[in-house]
Parts: sequence; structure tokens; C-alpha cells
Amino acid sequence: MEERFPMLQIVNGNGEVVDEAYRSELTEELTKELYTKMLRIRLFDRKGVNLQRQGRIGTYVPFEGQEASQVGSAMAMGEGDWMFPTYRDHGATLTFGHSLKTMFLYWKGRHEGCLPPEGKKIFPPAVPIASQLLHATGAAWAEKMKGTDRASIVYFGDGATSEGDFHEGLNFASVFNVPVIFFNQNNGFAISVPMHKQMKAKTIAQKALGYDIEGIRIDGNDAFAVYFHTKKAVERARNGGGPTLIEAVTWRYGAHTTSDDPSKYRDQSETEIRRKTTDPVLRLERFMKNENMWDEKWAKQLEEELTAEIEEAVNEMENEPDANINDMFDYVFESNPWPIEEQKEAFMAGRGE
Amino acid sequence: MTTAIGTKKMTLVQAVTDGLRTMMKEHDDVIVLGEDVGKNGGVFRATDGLYDEFGEARVIDTPLAESGIIGTSIGLAINGFRPVAEIQFFGFIYPAFNQIMTHATRIRSRTLGAFTVPMVIRAPYGAGVRAPEIHSDSVEALFTQMPGIKVVVPSNPYDAKGLLIASIEDPDPVLFLEPMRHYRSSKMDVPEGKYTVEIGKGARRKEGEDVTVIAYGAMMDVAVKAAEKAEKQGISVDLIDLRTLYPLDKDLIAESVQKTGRVVIVHEAPSTGGLGDTIISLINDTSFLYMRAPIERVTGFDTPVPMFSLENDYLPNEKRVFDAIQKVIRF
Repeated sequence: MEERFPMLQIVNGNGEVVDEAYRSELTEELTKELYTKMLRIRLFDRKGVNLQRQGRIGTYVPFEGQEASQVGSAMAMGEGDWMFPTYRDHGATLTFGHSLKTMFLYWKGRHEGCLPPEGKKIFPPAVPIASQLLHATGAAWAEKMKGTDRASIVYFGDGATSEGDFHEGLNFASVFNVPVIFFNQNNGFAISVPMHKQMKAKTIAQKALGYDIEGIRIDGNDAFAVYFHTKKAVERARNGGGPTLIEAVTWRYGAHTTSDDPSKYRDQSETEIRRKTTDPVLRLERFMKNENMWDEKWAKQLEEELTAEIEEAVNEMENEPDANINDMFDYVFESNPWPIEEQKEAFMAGRGE
Repeated sequence: MTTAIGTKKMTLVQAVTDGLRTMMKEHDDVIVLGEDVGKNGGVFRATDGLYDEFGEARVIDTPLAESGIIGTSIGLAINGFRPVAEIQFFGFIYPAFNQIMTHATRIRSRTLGAFTVPMVIRAPYGAGVRAPEIHSDSVEALFTQMPGIKVVVPSNPYDAKGLLIASIEDPDPVLFLEPMRHYRSSKMDVPEGKYTVEIGKGARRKEGEDVTVIAYGAMMDVAVKAAEKAEKQGISVDLIDLRTLYPLDKDLIAESVQKTGRVVIVHEAPSTGGLGDTIISLINDTSFLYMRAPIERVTGFDTPVPMFSLENDYLPNEKRVFDAIQKVIRF
């Protein structure tokens, strides 16, 4: 099956083009956009871990190492499309339209962190595993019924493929030929459980065969491969070609969450090797150097600007007025049924308001 | 709004179909999906004729996957449709529990109203039709405890159609439970066209002074028979049909209880944690000083619904309800 689903790559870890068919499309503009967005979410991610360590936000879920998968796939989506992330995909939602402030608010335990940006169809992160595949399928199905050419993308990890909802999602999308992209980030571990204990299959892409849908396996640390192959899948979906299962093979450098200690279940020296060999951001830097696109001054200035943007967002998060207690009560239903209204009144009266 | 013109004699299941047809005719965004709901018209014929009338794009035979039905309905609902999902039997809803509990019922709350799920989940429930195992469950309390979903249970054809239309019009998820043993047990005049029965409002089926009997769905018939028997012995019964289990009709219950001071609650679901417990709490909150006797509950037992050779022993019957009435009267 690994031969049948080879890992598609356009640029390798040394920054060298390995798929010549794409060479003319690897423009400086695209490269710099990918690099900028990936660096932005990497800096956000590091800030998130730091803020958690300082007690300024709650538990944080880092994605460092998966930037190419998240940025490349999000950039392949169009304006009116839908995005269904998990709790590890704010790199994708930040790329697709969430503000830095909104994402910090999410990790500060604020409902405002679930609000989609104006005009953007970004669903709040799914916390149960694989349930969101069905929402993405349903929303894309609705687009198909309305006769639009819009599509959905839904993110999930390797562990999610063991859940029933993964299979139900692929099956519904297959049966009804729904324009949805099932974007799997295979980072090798579901918290502590490695892929070989999750499944006997050597690839996740091959699971597409059971549903007679397209399945591809790509180097999830190659931003170009992610971007172009996802784009192709989206185009196919828009044109009535149905769903695609994409397995993006990647690696999370850090812990499952800031409450997790990965040294208990894996050798972290692999992460150190990967940082030097397969890192998605470094790969783009090497590519740019190889192609004479790299400008040290530009890179330095970019990092300063992005750092300042993130600091500003942290400020905005921390200056946000306290969460509104009414929000807990007033959005369960369109209008409060009497039990909620009574509970709210009694609680408010008890607080002396 | 009522656009009803004439009436037609219908069974409860026909009233469900009529309610679906009425709303599908009026609103293109109303779609029906579930197992066998299309060509077959549903295993109870609740969607009979809709496939021919509205086509396979709006009356959708889904793969056999309850979580898939509810999960995709959520996606459809956040994107402009009003899905009416059928779960073939209430006892088959468990694979979908996660989708209902973690998504359908809390998306409005999580996103402060940015995304909403105007979805109806229909399911036939209850014992008494000699069905195979798992087909007879009555687990409504799992859902009345669940924040973010309304739970309604009609007991007759008129309410079935009116409540179903109200449920489809409701902007939030509604669990619509259909008493399967009364699907065809009687016919009733049902208005043609559109009308609604308000969610959250119970109905007084008999006016009485001595004791309040509270029931819903398939247990209404049992309660009516017990009340008739009691009345023959000079006990006058105030009989309440809840119709909605969340939110309960607090005012109707309080008004009745404060008049009679004696209460019998009937449901076929297990006792512990059942609606009876919730209603007792409600009466405690509203009417404690009016009570003349401890409240009696006549319910199913804290056992799984047995295989059907024992289901008549499991289900509350006229005798058990009558005995409970006598007990609270004699206290």
C-alpha cells in the first residue's frame, strides 16, 4: 500500500525541487506568502506555550512542526468555503481568517474564541475526536444541494481514524458525492499511542479505497506539496468529483498539550533530528536560499513585525473586558426557557446584582 | 399562524406524516433523512408518500449510521437547512448520543449564537407492541437532563401534528418522541394545513378536584382509564398531559397541584432519575405548603425494558395507577 500511496513531495528537506512539473509555479510571491504565514503561526504557537507556562492562559495545544500542513491546506481553500478544525488546528484557522486575538481568547477559556470572523465559515474546534467529519460532510452536502461550488475542509489526526465517525463521515460523503476534503495530519502519535498501535495499515490514505473515493498521501512538511495537492482536491470537489482523503505525514515537536510530557512515551531526540532535517519552515528557507529568493534583512524584519503583531494580540486579549456572565445563560436556546431564566435570576440576585 | 381549513380523521402516525408534508410544502429548506425513510416510507410509514411527492433530494435514505445521520444533520442545519432526522427506534439513538450531547445541543452556546442547529430528531419510543429487544426503550430523561434540547411527546394525533410543526419551526434542536403503541390505536379529527401546538405547554385532559394525575405520551391512555375508574368511585381527577418534557409546563402543574394537594405521576421510563423525580422537585419548589399527601410515582422499574414476554408486567397499567390514586387519597 505504501507503493500504491507514495508520499507526494514537491520540495525535499534540503529545499530542492523534486517534482519538476511544479517548478514554474513555485514563485517568489507564493513562497514568501507560505513562509510568512508559517512563521506567523509558529511564533503564535510558541507564544501560546509561554503564556500557558506563565499562567496567563489555560491549557494550550501546540502544533509546532505541523505548520506546512495547516498553512498549505488553508491557503488552498476559497473565500466562501467551510473549515472544521480540531483543537490543534488554529494554525489553519489563523491562516483562513481567525484573528490572533480570537485564538488567544479561545485558549483563555473565552466563548469569543469560538466566534467565526465576519463572513468566514469557520466552525469552533471539535474536541471529541472525529465527530467534526460529519459536520463538514453535512455542510458541504448543503452547499451541493444549494447548487454552489463551495467545499468544506475538515482536520483530524491519525487517532481519529479509529473512531466510528471517521468512517461514517467518509461513507456519507462517498454515497452522496459531497464536496469535502478530509485533511488528515498524521503526526504519528495520538497522545502517546503510536500509529502502529492505532492501525495495522501502513498508510491512512489507503482507507479511501474502502469508500471508493480519492486518497492521497503527501509530505505534510512540504508546504508546496500540501498547497498544490489540496488545491487539486478542492478543484475536483468543486467540479462534482466528490470527496478526497488527504494524509499529510508530519510530526508534532512538542507535547500533546501543555499538560502532557512526551518524554514518557517517545524519544524526544527524534524531534531534534527532525528540526534539522524535515522542518517545514527551515525547508522553505533552504528553498529560498537555493533559488536566490532569500533576503536576510527581509526575514529579520518579518520576524520582528510578526512578533509585534502577536504581542499586540496578547495585549488585546489581556485588555478584553471580563467574560459576561449572561453569556453562560442566554445562548443555550434562542430565548431562555423558564428553568434557565429562573436559575439565572436566582444566581444574579445571590451575587447582589 | 393557522392556515387550517377542514379536518380529516387521522391516526397519530398519519398526523406525523401530514405535519411533515405541510412543512415540506411550505419550506424548501425542510428535508427528511434517516434509515428507510425514502422509498419505503419508514418502517412505520411515518414518511409514507413523501419520497414520491418531494423527491430523493429532500427525502433521503441514509446509510445505516445513527451518528452519521445526526452529525450530517448538524452540518446541514448550520448551513441553511432544517433537517428532520428519523431515528428508527428511540433505543437506536445511542450511537448518536455524542453528536447530540457534544455538538447539536451546544453549538449555539459555544458560539454565542453565531451557529445554530434548527433540527428535529424524531423517534418512536416505548414498549407494548411486542417488539424485539432494544426497540422499546423510553430514555427521555437522558435528554431532559441534556442542556440545549427541547423534548416533546404527543399523546394524540392532533398534538402530534401541531407539535411537530412547532418543532420544525423551532430555532433549536427538538427531540420529538412518538408513542409507537399509539401510532394506529385510534383516529382523531386533525385540521388540514398548518397549525401549531406550543412547545412548553401541557394540556388538562380532565378537570377534577381530588387528585392530580400527570402523564404523557403512551401512558396517557393508562392514566385516562385509571382516572375513569377512580371517578366511578367518587374520586375526581385533574388529569394533565405534559406534552413537553423540557421545558415543563410549570404553571399548569402548580395550578393543578395547588388545587388538589395530591399527585400521581405516571411514566414508563425507569424510576430513578426519571421525569417523576424532576416533577416532584418542581412541586417542591412551587407548591410545598399545598400538599396533603406524599407524591406517588407509577413508573417502569430500574431494570432494562424486559423482553416482550414480560413487558406487560414492566409497563404501568390501569391497576397500578388506580392503586396509587387510592393511596394518595387515603393518606
